[in-house]
Amino acid sequence: MINGIWLLMILMGILLAGWQGKPEVVTQAAFQAAQAAVVYSLELIGVMSFWLGMMKIAEEAGLVNALVKLLKPLTRLLFPSVPAGHPAMGSILMNLSANILGLGNAATPFGLKAMQELQDLNGTKDTATDAMCTFLALNTACITLMPTMIIGIRLSAGSADPTEIVGTTLFATALGMGMAVTADNILRRIYRGRKYG
Amino acid sequence: MDKILYEFSRWAIPLFLFCIPLYAFLRGVKVYECFIKGAEEGFGVAVRIIPYLVAMMMAVGIFRQAGVMELIARHSGNLFQWLHIPPDIIPLALMRPFSGGGALGIAAELIKSYGPDSLIGRLASTMQGSTDTTFFVLTVYFGSIGVRKYRYSLAVGLLADLTTLMASVYIVNKIFLA
Repeated sequence: MINGIWLLMILMGILLAGWQGKPEVVTQAAFQAAQAAVVYSLELIGVMSFWLGMMKIAEEAGLVNALVKLLKPLTRLLFPSVPAGHPAMGSILMNLSANILGLGNAATPFGLKAMQELQDLNGTKDTATDAMCTFLALNTACITLMPTMIIGIRLSAGSADPTEIVGTTLFATALGMGMAVTADNILRRIYRGRKYG
Repeated sequence: MDKILYEFSRWAIPLFLFCIPLYAFLRGVKVYECFIKGAEEGFGVAVRIIPYLVAMMMAVGIFRQAGVMELIARHSGNLFQWLHIPPDIIPLALMRPFSGGGALGIAAELIKSYGPDSLIGRLASTMQGSTDTTFFVLTVYFGSIGVRKYRYSLAVGLLADLTTLMASVYIVNKIFLA
């Protein structure tokens, strides 16, 4: 699926740009994006190091484990394939907490650490496991209590009530998350037994 | 409510940085050494995702800059009208799963030109505050561990995006239009 979409995006872009008689747009976009990708990952080094360092402290202090224990009933239900006491669970919960609180730049480091730990449980290294799919479903559509970024934008645009959208965001994200969990559950059953692809 | 949320977002990180290391120190953790040990892992991951990011951002970049989104937005007005989505919001709805930065730009522009307290402004705010950038998350997360077969992940992400979009339109109309 990803191969088809990737190719389709490139081909559609080139065809449209060519049809409009401005193929140079493609050249520029391609190289700009390639450069932006590297800039992003270099910036990520700092943020990653910072949050992973903090997480290690929280881990050693027993705080991450306390969180894992507290939410155990929920996580057993969502991630039945991750054994109890596996470190992935701590990272997964830290990531989801950061997402819920709108701390976007903390969510990515915890999430990437969680993926690494889930990969340890993976028998076929180039293929996503059930737990990874569930984790990403929760990640792309996570319930949000605190959309901090957009509140800031509304504030600077002179809104009379910058936080009035917190309730509507909560509603929309709750439904989105519900759909993500449901769809993940159904598709997992359909894909099971079928050859991965 | 306003004040509390605003203060929370200002204080969250400093408070976190104050409490966690202090608590850990009191429990006998060697905080500095521990931080270093955790931070060491940051570098490798960030470098590993580069090829995946280049591939995805290049495709999205060509797609966007060529104006494919605008073309789709122009020719799908009827479908969106049927879903009760205002035409001005279509570019944002289409951009959301592909590019976080692009979507943020459109949302900020809509909020500025229609006003943050208009229906469009509120809808744009709600949509932007909601889902994460599906393509980006999948690329970075799977890329960091070298997984190339995503199975049904993309379908789940896009389905959730659509749900969030519909839910945003519904709830904003219901609460602010009455």
